[in-house]
Amino acid sequence: MAIKDITLGQYYPGDSVVHKLDPRTKLIGTILFLVSLFVVKNFTGFLFCGICLAILVKISGVPFKYMARGLKAVMFLIVFTAIINLFMTPGDPIWRFGILKIAREGIYRACFMAIRLVMLIFGSSLLTLTTKPVALTDGMERLLSPLSKIGLPSHELAMMMTIALRFIPTLLDETDKIMKAQTARGADFESGNLLQRAKGLIPLLVPLFVSAFRIAADLAMAMEARCYRGGDGRTRMNGMAFHNCDRIAAVILVLYFAAVIAIGKLPVF
Amino acid sequence: MSKETVIQLKDVTFSYYVEDAEGNVTTNNDVDVKHSEKRMALDGVTLDIEKGSFVAIVGSNGSGKSTLAKHLNALLLPSSGEALVCGMSTADPDNTWEIRRRCGMVFQNPDNQLVSSVVEDDVAFGPENLGVDPAEIRKRVDNALNAVGMYEFRKKGPHLLSGGQKQRIAIAGVLAMQPECIVFDEPTAMLDPSGRAEILKIIRGLHEEGKTVILITHFMEEAAQADRIIVMDKGRPILDEAPAALFAHGEKLQELNLQMPFGASMAAKLRDLGVDLPEGIITAERLAECLCR
Repeated sequence: MAIKDITLGQYYPGDSVVHKLDPRTKLIGTILFLVSLFVVKNFTGFLFCGICLAILVKISGVPFKYMARGLKAVMFLIVFTAIINLFMTPGDPIWRFGILKIAREGIYRACFMAIRLVMLIFGSSLLTLTTKPVALTDGMERLLSPLSKIGLPSHELAMMMTIALRFIPTLLDETDKIMKAQTARGADFESGNLLQRAKGLIPLLVPLFVSAFRIAADLAMAMEARCYRGGDGRTRMNGMAFHNCDRIAAVILVLYFAAVIAIGKLPVF
Repeated sequence: MSKETVIQLKDVTFSYYVEDAEGNVTTNNDVDVKHSEKRMALDGVTLDIEKGSFVAIVGSNGSGKSTLAKHLNALLLPSSGEALVCGMSTADPDNTWEIRRRCGMVFQNPDNQLVSSVVEDDVAFGPENLGVDPAEIRKRVDNALNAVGMYEFRKKGPHLLSGGQKQRIAIAGVLAMQPECIVFDEPTAMLDPSGRAEILKIIRGLHEEGKTVILITHFMEEAAQADRIIVMDKGRPILDEAPAALFAHGEKLQELNLQMPFGASMAAKLRDLGVDLPEGIITAERLAECLCR
Protein backbone atom coordinates (compact mmCIF):
# COMPACT_ATOMS: atom_id res chain seq x y z
CA MET A 1 0.00 0.00 0.00
CA ALA A 2 1.40 3.33 -1.06
CA ILE A 3 0.28 5.11 2.06
CA LYS A 4 2.63 2.92 4.10
CA ASP A 5 5.73 3.99 2.23
CA ILE A 6 5.81 7.48 3.63
CA THR A 7 8.96 8.57 5.40
CA LEU A 8 8.51 10.07 8.80
CA GLY A 9 9.60 13.65 9.08
CA GLN A 10 11.95 14.66 6.31
CA TYR A 11 15.07 12.79 7.33
CA TYR A 12 17.62 12.46 4.54
CA PRO A 13 19.65 9.32 5.30
CA GLY A 14 23.38 9.88 5.21
CA ASP A 15 26.65 9.08 6.85
CA SER A 16 28.23 12.52 7.17
CA VAL A 17 29.79 14.13 10.23
CA VAL A 18 26.69 16.31 10.50
CA HIS A 19 24.50 13.21 10.65
CA LYS A 20 26.69 11.67 13.31
CA LEU A 21 26.75 14.63 15.67
CA ASP A 22 24.85 14.22 18.91
CA PRO A 23 21.30 15.55 18.46
CA ARG A 24 21.85 17.87 21.42
CA THR A 25 24.82 19.48 19.70
CA LYS A 26 22.78 19.95 16.57
CA LEU A 27 19.83 21.38 18.47
CA ILE A 28 21.96 23.91 20.31
CA GLY A 29 23.87 24.67 17.13
CA THR A 30 20.68 25.30 15.20
CA ILE A 31 19.32 27.56 17.90
CA LEU A 32 22.58 29.53 17.97
CA PHE A 33 22.54 29.84 14.19
CA LEU A 34 18.97 31.12 14.23
CA VAL A 35 19.84 33.61 16.94
CA SER A 36 22.90 34.75 14.99
CA LEU A 37 20.65 35.60 12.05
CA PHE A 38 18.93 38.13 14.28
CA VAL A 39 22.20 39.48 15.60
CA VAL A 40 23.40 40.25 12.09
CA LYS A 41 23.08 43.92 11.22
CA ASN A 42 24.41 44.12 7.67
CA PHE A 43 24.81 42.22 4.42
CA THR A 44 28.42 41.34 5.12
CA GLY A 45 27.16 39.45 8.15
CA PHE A 46 24.62 37.58 6.05
CA LEU A 47 27.30 36.74 3.53
CA PHE A 48 29.36 35.23 6.32
CA CYS A 49 26.39 33.26 7.73
CA GLY A 50 25.49 32.12 4.23
CA ILE A 51 28.99 30.85 3.51
CA CYS A 52 29.12 28.97 6.82
CA LEU A 53 25.70 27.42 6.13
CA ALA A 54 26.71 26.47 2.60
CA ILE A 55 29.84 24.73 3.88
CA LEU A 56 27.76 22.85 6.43
CA VAL A 57 25.22 21.76 3.82
CA LYS A 58 28.09 20.63 1.59
CA ILE A 59 29.55 18.52 4.43
CA SER A 60 26.15 17.01 5.25
CA GLY A 61 25.77 15.79 1.68
CA VAL A 62 22.11 16.81 1.52
CA PRO A 63 21.39 17.90 -2.06
CA PHE A 64 20.50 21.56 -2.45
CA LYS A 65 17.27 20.61 -4.23
CA TYR A 66 16.14 18.81 -1.11
CA MET A 67 16.83 21.84 1.03
CA ALA A 68 15.02 24.15 -1.34
CA ARG A 69 11.89 22.02 -1.07
CA GLY A 70 11.35 23.38 2.41
CA LEU A 71 11.16 26.86 0.94
CA LYS A 72 8.15 26.12 -1.22
CA ALA A 73 5.77 25.94 1.71
CA VAL A 74 6.80 29.34 3.04
CA MET A 75 7.37 31.10 -0.28
CA PHE A 76 4.14 33.03 0.18
CA LEU A 77 5.21 34.23 3.60
CA ILE A 78 8.58 35.38 2.30
CA VAL A 79 7.11 37.26 -0.64
CA PHE A 80 4.41 38.79 1.53
CA THR A 81 6.92 40.01 4.13
CA ALA A 82 9.15 41.42 1.43
CA ILE A 83 6.28 43.33 -0.20
CA ILE A 84 5.02 44.76 3.08
CA ASN A 85 8.53 45.88 3.98
CA LEU A 86 9.05 47.30 0.53
CA PHE A 87 6.05 49.64 0.68
CA MET A 88 5.64 50.30 4.36
CA THR A 89 9.11 51.38 5.37
CA PRO A 90 9.19 55.14 5.81
CA GLY A 91 12.07 57.05 4.31
CA ASP A 92 12.97 59.13 1.35
CA PRO A 93 10.80 57.93 -1.57
CA ILE A 94 12.44 57.09 -4.89
CA TRP A 95 9.26 55.94 -6.60
CA ARG A 96 5.66 57.01 -6.14
CA PHE A 97 2.34 55.76 -7.50
CA GLY A 98 -0.77 57.14 -5.85
CA ILE A 99 -0.59 56.17 -2.22
CA LEU A 100 2.13 53.59 -2.92
CA LYS A 101 5.69 54.67 -2.50
CA ILE A 102 8.97 52.86 -2.32
CA ALA A 103 11.77 54.18 -0.20
CA ARG A 104 15.42 53.30 -0.49
CA GLU A 105 15.25 51.98 3.06
CA GLY A 106 12.29 49.85 1.98
CA ILE A 107 14.27 48.04 -0.69
CA TYR A 108 17.04 47.49 1.78
CA ARG A 109 14.73 46.10 4.46
CA ALA A 110 12.79 43.90 2.07
CA CYS A 111 15.97 42.19 0.86
CA PHE A 112 17.20 41.97 4.41
CA MET A 113 14.04 40.24 5.65
CA ALA A 114 13.83 37.87 2.69
CA ILE A 115 17.42 36.73 3.16
CA ARG A 116 16.88 36.29 6.88
CA LEU A 117 13.77 34.16 6.35
CA VAL A 118 15.39 31.98 3.68
CA MET A 119 18.38 31.35 5.93
CA LEU A 120 16.10 30.60 8.90
CA ILE A 121 14.35 27.93 6.87
CA PHE A 122 17.59 26.47 5.52
CA GLY A 123 19.18 26.37 8.95
CA SER A 124 16.31 24.62 10.64
CA SER A 125 15.68 22.18 7.81
CA LEU A 126 19.33 21.14 7.92
CA LEU A 127 18.59 19.95 11.47
CA THR A 128 15.52 17.92 10.56
CA LEU A 129 17.13 16.59 7.38
CA THR A 130 20.15 15.19 9.16
CA THR A 131 18.56 14.00 12.42
CA LYS A 132 16.14 11.11 12.80
CA PRO A 133 12.87 12.19 14.44
CA VAL A 134 13.41 9.72 17.28
CA ALA A 135 16.89 11.08 17.98
CA LEU A 136 15.50 14.58 17.85
CA THR A 137 12.85 13.89 20.49
CA ASP A 138 15.43 12.12 22.67
CA GLY A 139 17.76 15.09 22.34
CA MET A 140 15.00 17.51 23.25
CA GLU A 141 14.08 15.47 26.29
CA ARG A 142 17.65 15.57 27.56
CA LEU A 143 18.13 19.24 26.85
CA LEU A 144 14.90 20.14 28.60
CA SER A 145 15.38 17.74 31.51
CA PRO A 146 17.04 20.35 33.80
CA LEU A 147 13.86 22.40 33.40
CA SER A 148 11.75 19.59 34.84
CA LYS A 149 12.94 20.77 38.26
CA ILE A 150 10.94 23.95 37.79
CA GLY A 151 7.90 22.02 36.65
CA LEU A 152 8.34 21.69 32.89
CA PRO A 153 7.10 18.21 31.93
CA SER A 154 10.07 17.47 29.65
CA HIS A 155 9.71 13.69 29.72
CA GLU A 156 5.99 13.86 29.01
CA LEU A 157 6.53 16.22 26.09
CA ALA A 158 9.13 13.92 24.57
CA MET A 159 6.94 10.86 25.13
CA MET A 160 4.05 12.61 23.42
CA MET A 161 6.22 13.38 20.42
CA THR A 162 7.52 9.80 20.28
CA ILE A 163 4.00 8.41 20.34
CA ALA A 164 2.79 10.94 17.77
CA LEU A 165 5.57 9.85 15.41
CA ARG A 166 4.80 6.19 16.03
CA PHE A 167 1.11 6.60 15.28
CA ILE A 168 1.28 8.74 12.15
CA PRO A 169 1.33 5.66 9.88
CA THR A 170 -1.32 3.90 11.97
CA LEU A 171 -3.67 6.87 11.75
CA LEU A 172 -2.97 7.24 8.03
CA ASP A 173 -3.99 3.62 7.59
CA GLU A 174 -7.09 4.28 9.63
CA THR A 175 -7.93 7.35 7.50
CA ASP A 176 -7.51 5.29 4.37
CA LYS A 177 -9.82 2.59 5.73
CA ILE A 178 -12.53 5.05 6.80
CA MET A 179 -12.28 6.91 3.51
CA LYS A 180 -12.83 3.72 1.55
CA ALA A 181 -15.70 2.66 3.79
CA GLN A 182 -17.40 6.04 3.41
CA THR A 183 -16.76 6.15 -0.33
CA ALA A 184 -18.38 2.72 -0.61
CA ARG A 185 -21.45 4.23 1.03
CA GLY A 186 -21.57 7.14 -1.37
CA ALA A 187 -19.50 9.80 0.37
CA ASP A 188 -17.79 12.18 -2.03
CA PHE A 189 -14.41 13.60 -1.09
CA GLU A 190 -13.30 14.84 -4.46
CA SER A 191 -15.82 17.11 -6.13
CA GLY A 192 -17.50 20.39 -5.32
CA ASN A 193 -16.17 23.75 -4.23
CA LEU A 194 -14.01 24.35 -1.20
CA LEU A 195 -16.95 24.61 1.21
CA GLN A 196 -18.60 21.43 -0.04
CA ARG A 197 -15.34 19.58 0.18
CA ALA A 198 -14.75 20.78 3.70
CA LYS A 199 -18.23 19.58 4.61
CA GLY A 200 -17.47 16.28 2.92
CA LEU A 201 -14.63 15.72 5.35
CA ILE A 202 -16.95 15.52 8.35
CA PRO A 203 -17.87 11.85 7.77
CA LEU A 204 -14.12 11.19 7.65
CA LEU A 205 -13.00 13.23 10.62
CA VAL A 206 -15.63 12.13 13.13
CA PRO A 207 -14.88 8.39 12.88
CA LEU A 208 -11.16 9.16 12.74
CA PHE A 209 -11.42 11.05 16.01
CA VAL A 210 -13.36 8.25 17.63
CA SER A 211 -10.84 5.67 16.52
CA ALA A 212 -7.93 7.84 17.68
CA PHE A 213 -9.48 7.85 21.15
CA ARG A 214 -9.93 4.09 21.04
CA ILE A 215 -6.31 3.60 20.00
CA ALA A 216 -5.22 5.93 22.79
CA ALA A 217 -7.15 3.92 25.36
CA ASP A 218 -5.65 0.66 24.10
CA LEU A 219 -2.15 2.08 24.07
CA ALA A 220 -2.49 3.53 27.55
CA MET A 221 -3.46 0.13 28.85
CA ALA A 222 -0.58 -1.57 27.05
CA MET A 223 1.85 1.00 28.45
CA GLU A 224 0.56 0.50 31.98
CA ALA A 225 0.86 -3.25 31.57
CA ARG A 226 4.51 -2.64 30.73
CA CYS A 227 5.02 -0.72 33.96
CA TYR A 228 5.03 2.79 32.50
CA ARG A 229 4.63 5.35 35.26
CA GLY A 230 6.14 8.54 33.93
CA GLY A 231 9.73 9.66 33.69
CA ASP A 232 10.83 9.12 37.28
CA GLY A 233 13.20 6.23 37.80
CA ARG A 234 13.30 5.48 34.10
CA THR A 235 16.57 4.52 32.41
CA ARG A 236 17.36 4.60 28.69
CA MET A 237 18.91 1.86 26.62
CA ASN A 238 20.76 4.19 24.27
CA GLY A 239 22.59 6.66 26.43
CA MET A 240 23.84 9.74 24.62
CA ALA A 241 27.46 10.72 24.77
CA PHE A 242 29.33 13.68 23.38
CA HIS A 243 32.19 12.60 21.14
CA ASN A 244 35.23 14.43 19.87
CA CYS A 245 33.35 15.74 16.85
CA ASP A 246 30.79 17.28 19.21
CA ARG A 247 33.57 19.10 21.07
CA ILE A 248 35.04 20.36 17.84
CA ALA A 249 31.58 21.45 16.71
CA ALA A 250 31.14 23.36 19.98
CA VAL A 251 34.41 25.24 19.47
CA ILE A 252 33.46 26.08 15.88
CA LEU A 253 30.08 27.32 17.09
CA VAL A 254 31.62 29.66 19.63
CA LEU A 255 34.07 31.02 17.05
CA TYR A 256 31.24 31.44 14.56
CA PHE A 257 29.13 33.38 17.01
CA ALA A 258 32.04 35.61 17.98
CA ALA A 259 32.71 36.29 14.29
CA VAL A 260 29.08 37.23 13.67
CA ILE A 261 29.17 39.74 16.52
CA ALA A 262 32.51 41.11 15.33
CA ILE A 263 31.21 41.59 11.79
CA GLY A 264 28.19 43.44 13.21
CA LYS A 265 30.60 45.94 14.72
CA LEU A 266 32.43 46.59 11.44
CA PRO A 267 31.54 49.91 9.79
CA VAL A 268 30.45 48.41 6.47
CA PHE A 269 27.26 48.49 4.43
CA MET B 1 -0.61 -29.13 46.37
CA SER B 2 3.10 -29.64 45.96
CA LYS B 3 3.44 -27.33 42.99
CA GLU B 4 3.82 -23.61 43.50
CA THR B 5 0.85 -21.50 42.50
CA VAL B 6 1.54 -18.32 40.53
CA ILE B 7 -1.96 -16.98 40.40
CA GLN B 8 -4.71 -17.47 42.89
CA LEU B 9 -8.18 -15.99 42.51
CA LYS B 10 -10.45 -16.16 45.52
CA ASP B 11 -14.12 -15.58 44.77
CA VAL B 12 -13.36 -12.63 42.49
CA THR B 13 -16.26 -10.58 41.20
CA PHE B 14 -16.13 -7.58 38.93
CA SER B 15 -19.19 -5.46 38.30
CA TYR B 16 -19.76 -2.21 36.48
CA TYR B 17 -22.65 0.06 35.67
CA VAL B 18 -23.94 0.37 32.18
CA GLU B 19 -24.20 3.82 30.66
CA ASP B 20 -27.25 4.78 28.61
CA ALA B 21 -27.03 6.42 25.22
CA GLU B 22 -26.37 9.84 26.74
CA GLY B 23 -23.53 8.49 28.80
CA ASN B 24 -25.40 8.73 32.10
CA VAL B 25 -24.95 6.04 34.65
CA THR B 26 -28.29 5.34 36.27
CA THR B 27 -28.16 6.98 39.64
CA ASN B 28 -29.21 6.22 43.19
CA ASN B 29 -32.66 7.83 43.11
CA ASP B 30 -33.89 4.86 41.15
CA VAL B 31 -32.59 1.88 43.06
CA ASP B 32 -34.39 -0.77 41.05
CA VAL B 33 -33.04 0.45 37.75
CA LYS B 34 -29.59 0.60 39.21
CA HIS B 35 -29.70 -3.05 40.05
CA SER B 36 -30.90 -4.08 36.67
CA GLU B 37 -28.18 -2.04 34.97
CA LYS B 38 -25.41 -3.46 37.08
CA ARG B 39 -23.51 -6.04 35.08
CA MET B 40 -21.43 -8.78 36.57
CA ALA B 41 -18.48 -9.34 34.26
CA LEU B 42 -16.98 -11.77 36.74
CA ASP B 43 -19.23 -13.57 39.16
CA GLY B 44 -17.32 -15.43 41.84
CA VAL B 45 -14.26 -16.79 40.10
CA THR B 46 -12.06 -19.04 42.20
CA LEU B 47 -9.08 -20.71 40.62
CA ASP B 48 -5.38 -21.49 41.04
CA ILE B 49 -2.81 -21.48 38.29
CA GLU B 50 0.35 -23.46 38.87
CA LYS B 51 3.82 -22.31 38.03
CA GLY B 52 4.98 -23.50 34.64
CA SER B 53 1.55 -24.56 33.43
CA PHE B 54 -0.09 -23.70 30.11
CA VAL B 55 -3.68 -22.72 30.70
CA ALA B 56 -6.15 -21.73 28.02
CA ILE B 57 -9.22 -19.70 28.89
CA VAL B 58 -12.02 -19.95 26.35
CA GLY B 59 -15.53 -18.64 26.15
CA SER B 60 -17.85 -16.80 23.81
CA ASN B 61 -17.99 -13.01 23.54
CA GLY B 62 -19.00 -11.39 26.79
CA SER B 63 -18.17 -14.44 28.88
CA GLY B 64 -15.73 -12.40 30.94
CA LYS B 65 -12.51 -13.97 29.74
CA SER B 66 -10.79 -10.69 28.86
CA THR B 67 -11.97 -9.11 32.10
CA LEU B 68 -10.48 -12.06 33.92
CA ALA B 69 -7.16 -11.56 32.10
CA LYS B 70 -7.01 -7.92 33.16
CA HIS B 71 -7.37 -8.98 36.79
CA LEU B 72 -4.18 -11.02 36.54
CA ASN B 73 -1.90 -7.99 36.35
CA ALA B 74 -3.84 -5.37 38.26
CA LEU B 75 -5.19 -3.54 35.21
CA LEU B 76 -8.58 -4.14 36.81
CA LEU B 77 -9.15 -4.64 40.51
CA PRO B 78 -11.78 -7.04 41.87
CA SER B 79 -15.04 -5.48 43.11
CA SER B 80 -14.98 -8.16 45.78
CA GLY B 81 -12.80 -11.16 46.51
CA GLU B 82 -9.06 -11.25 46.11
CA ALA B 83 -6.59 -11.82 43.29
CA LEU B 84 -3.11 -12.96 44.33
CA VAL B 85 -0.21 -12.92 41.86
CA CYS B 86 2.93 -14.61 43.20
CA GLY B 87 1.38 -14.24 46.63
CA MET B 88 0.83 -10.47 46.27
CA SER B 89 -2.64 -8.98 46.35
CA THR B 90 -3.49 -6.87 43.32
CA ALA B 91 -5.59 -4.59 45.53
CA ASP B 92 -2.49 -3.19 47.25
CA PRO B 93 -1.11 -0.28 45.16
CA ASP B 94 2.41 -0.98 46.44
CA ASN B 95 2.35 -4.31 44.64
CA THR B 96 1.05 -3.05 41.29
CA TRP B 97 4.37 -2.60 39.49
CA GLU B 98 5.99 -5.76 40.78
CA ILE B 99 2.88 -7.69 39.72
CA ARG B 100 2.96 -6.17 36.25
CA ARG B 101 6.63 -7.01 35.89
CA ARG B 102 6.11 -10.62 36.95
CA CYS B 103 2.97 -11.11 34.95
CA GLY B 104 3.36 -9.62 31.46
CA MET B 105 0.50 -9.18 29.05
CA VAL B 106 0.18 -9.29 25.27
CA PHE B 107 -2.94 -7.69 23.83
CA GLN B 108 -5.12 -8.37 20.84
CA ASN B 109 -4.34 -5.47 18.53
CA PRO B 110 -0.70 -5.57 17.42
CA ASP B 111 -0.79 -1.94 16.29
CA ASN B 112 -2.09 -0.38 19.46
CA GLN B 113 0.45 -1.78 21.89
CA LEU B 114 3.76 -0.70 20.33
CA VAL B 115 5.08 2.58 21.66
CA SER B 116 8.15 3.51 19.68
CA SER B 117 8.79 3.92 15.97
CA VAL B 118 11.92 1.77 16.21
CA VAL B 119 11.53 -1.92 17.01
CA GLU B 120 14.40 -2.21 19.49
CA ASP B 121 13.36 0.94 21.33
CA ASP B 122 9.93 -0.55 21.73
CA VAL B 123 11.29 -3.76 23.21
CA ALA B 124 13.42 -1.66 25.57
CA PHE B 125 10.36 0.25 26.78
CA GLY B 126 9.46 -2.19 29.57
CA PRO B 127 12.96 -2.56 31.08
CA GLU B 128 13.47 1.21 30.76
CA ASN B 129 10.36 1.76 32.85
CA LEU B 130 11.73 -0.64 35.44
CA GLY B 131 14.94 1.37 35.68
CA VAL B 132 17.20 -1.44 34.49
CA ASP B 133 20.85 -0.61 33.80
CA PRO B 134 21.43 0.40 30.11
CA ALA B 135 23.96 -2.36 29.39
CA GLU B 136 21.61 -4.93 30.87
CA ILE B 137 18.70 -3.53 28.81
CA ARG B 138 20.77 -3.95 25.64
CA LYS B 139 21.40 -7.61 26.53
CA ARG B 140 17.76 -8.28 27.36
CA VAL B 141 16.52 -6.61 24.18
CA ASP B 142 18.86 -8.66 22.01
CA ASN B 143 17.88 -11.88 23.78
CA ALA B 144 14.17 -11.11 23.56
CA LEU B 145 14.38 -10.24 19.86
CA ASN B 146 16.32 -13.43 19.17
CA ALA B 147 13.78 -15.46 21.11
CA VAL B 148 10.98 -14.33 18.79
CA GLY B 149 13.21 -14.44 15.68
CA MET B 150 12.99 -10.71 14.97
CA TYR B 151 16.59 -9.68 15.62
CA GLU B 152 17.30 -8.60 12.06
CA PHE B 153 14.33 -6.24 12.16
CA ARG B 154 15.59 -4.35 15.23
CA LYS B 155 16.16 -1.04 13.44
CA LYS B 156 12.94 -1.13 11.41
CA GLY B 157 9.77 0.82 12.04
CA PRO B 158 6.79 -1.24 13.27
CA HIS B 159 4.59 0.18 10.53
CA LEU B 160 6.67 -1.72 7.98
CA LEU B 161 6.01 -5.10 9.60
CA SER B 162 3.16 -7.58 9.19
CA GLY B 163 0.60 -8.19 11.93
CA GLY B 164 2.30 -11.40 13.04
CA GLN B 165 5.68 -9.70 13.17
CA LYS B 166 4.28 -6.81 15.19
CA GLN B 167 2.76 -9.28 17.62
CA ARG B 168 6.17 -10.97 17.93
CA ILE B 169 7.68 -7.59 18.81
CA ALA B 170 4.98 -7.16 21.46
CA ILE B 171 5.91 -10.55 22.90
CA ALA B 172 9.61 -9.58 22.87
CA GLY B 173 8.67 -6.40 24.74
CA VAL B 174 7.08 -8.48 27.47
CA LEU B 175 9.97 -10.99 27.54
CA ALA B 176 12.48 -8.19 28.08
CA MET B 177 10.85 -7.53 31.46
CA GLN B 178 11.69 -11.17 32.38
CA PRO B 179 8.25 -12.09 33.68
CA GLU B 180 7.39 -15.42 35.27
CA CYS B 181 4.01 -15.53 33.72
CA ILE B 182 2.63 -14.17 30.46
CA VAL B 183 -1.03 -13.55 29.76
CA PHE B 184 -1.98 -13.55 26.08
CA ASP B 185 -5.30 -11.80 25.53
CA GLU B 186 -6.51 -13.15 22.17
CA PRO B 187 -3.11 -12.52 20.57
CA THR B 188 -4.08 -14.13 17.26
CA ALA B 189 -7.56 -12.69 16.79
CA MET B 190 -6.42 -10.09 14.26
CA LEU B 191 -3.85 -12.20 12.42
CA ASP B 192 -3.93 -14.29 9.26
CA PRO B 193 -3.45 -18.08 9.53
CA SER B 194 0.32 -17.96 9.02
CA GLY B 195 0.73 -15.19 11.61
CA ARG B 196 -1.44 -17.21 13.95
CA ALA B 197 0.76 -20.28 13.55
CA GLU B 198 3.92 -18.22 14.17
CA ILE B 199 2.58 -16.78 17.41
CA LEU B 200 1.28 -20.11 18.64
CA LYS B 201 4.68 -21.69 18.04
CA ILE B 202 6.34 -18.97 20.12
CA ILE B 203 3.78 -19.39 22.89
CA ARG B 204 4.42 -23.14 22.99
CA GLY B 205 8.18 -22.49 23.05
CA LEU B 206 7.80 -20.14 26.02
CA HIS B 207 5.83 -22.79 27.88
CA GLU B 208 8.54 -25.36 27.19
CA GLU B 209 11.12 -22.97 28.61
CA GLY B 210 9.19 -23.05 31.86
CA LYS B 211 7.19 -19.82 31.71
CA THR B 212 3.65 -19.91 32.96
CA VAL B 213 1.41 -19.19 29.98
CA ILE B 214 -2.22 -18.11 30.11
CA LEU B 215 -3.83 -17.97 26.70
CA ILE B 216 -7.18 -16.29 26.25
CA THR B 217 -8.69 -17.31 22.96
CA HIS B 218 -11.83 -18.34 21.21
CA PHE B 219 -10.11 -20.69 18.84
CA MET B 220 -10.55 -24.16 20.28
CA GLU B 221 -7.74 -25.47 18.08
CA GLU B 222 -5.38 -23.15 19.92
CA ALA B 223 -6.80 -23.95 23.33
CA ALA B 224 -6.31 -27.65 22.61
CA GLN B 225 -2.53 -27.12 22.83
CA ALA B 226 -2.72 -26.14 26.48
CA ASP B 227 -2.54 -28.62 29.33
CA ARG B 228 -5.60 -27.20 30.99
CA ILE B 229 -8.65 -25.48 29.53
CA ILE B 230 -10.97 -23.27 31.52
CA VAL B 231 -14.31 -22.55 29.87
CA MET B 232 -15.95 -19.30 30.94
CA ASP B 233 -19.63 -18.52 30.65
CA LYS B 234 -21.48 -15.51 32.09
CA GLY B 235 -18.53 -14.53 34.25
CA ARG B 236 -18.00 -17.97 35.78
CA PRO B 237 -15.63 -20.79 34.98
CA ILE B 238 -17.98 -23.68 34.21
CA LEU B 239 -15.55 -26.30 32.97
CA ASP B 240 -11.95 -26.71 34.01
CA GLU B 241 -10.23 -29.78 32.62
CA ALA B 242 -7.43 -31.17 30.49
CA PRO B 243 -8.23 -30.88 26.76
CA ALA B 244 -8.86 -34.60 26.21
CA ALA B 245 -11.34 -34.80 29.07
CA LEU B 246 -12.99 -31.54 28.07
CA PHE B 247 -13.68 -32.60 24.52
CA ALA B 248 -15.49 -35.66 25.86
CA HIS B 249 -18.48 -33.41 26.65
CA GLY B 250 -19.08 -32.29 23.12
CA GLU B 251 -22.77 -31.40 23.59
CA LYS B 252 -22.01 -29.08 26.46
CA LEU B 253 -19.50 -27.14 24.36
CA GLN B 254 -22.00 -27.00 21.53
CA GLU B 255 -24.51 -25.35 23.85
CA LEU B 256 -21.96 -22.66 24.61
CA ASN B 257 -21.35 -22.08 20.91
CA LEU B 258 -17.79 -23.29 21.18
CA GLN B 259 -16.48 -25.26 18.29
CA MET B 260 -14.56 -28.44 19.02
CA PRO B 261 -11.26 -28.94 17.22
CA PHE B 262 -11.70 -30.84 13.99
CA GLY B 263 -9.99 -34.01 15.21
CA ALA B 264 -12.05 -34.28 18.36
CA SER B 265 -15.41 -33.61 16.73
CA MET B 266 -14.68 -36.01 13.89
CA ALA B 267 -13.65 -38.71 16.36
CA ALA B 268 -16.89 -38.21 18.29
CA LYS B 269 -18.97 -38.55 15.11
CA LEU B 270 -17.11 -41.68 14.05
CA ARG B 271 -17.59 -43.18 17.50
CA ASP B 272 -21.35 -42.55 17.15
CA LEU B 273 -21.24 -44.47 13.89
CA GLY B 274 -19.65 -47.37 15.72
CA VAL B 275 -16.01 -46.93 14.76
CA ASP B 276 -13.80 -48.20 17.54
CA LEU B 277 -11.55 -45.32 18.56
CA PRO B 278 -9.55 -44.74 21.74
CA GLU B 279 -10.45 -41.82 24.02
CA GLY B 280 -8.58 -38.54 24.04
CA ILE B 281 -8.22 -37.77 20.35
CA ILE B 282 -7.78 -34.05 19.77
CA THR B 283 -5.77 -33.41 16.66
CA ALA B 284 -6.48 -34.50 13.12
CA GLU B 285 -3.05 -36.17 12.98
CA ARG B 286 -3.77 -38.33 15.99
CA LEU B 287 -7.16 -39.27 14.52
CA ALA B 288 -5.57 -40.33 11.24
CA GLU B 289 -3.03 -42.37 13.15
CA CYS B 290 -5.72 -44.21 15.11
CA LEU B 291 -7.82 -44.84 12.02
CA CYS B 292 -4.91 -46.32 10.12
CA ARG B 293 -4.12 -48.79 12.82
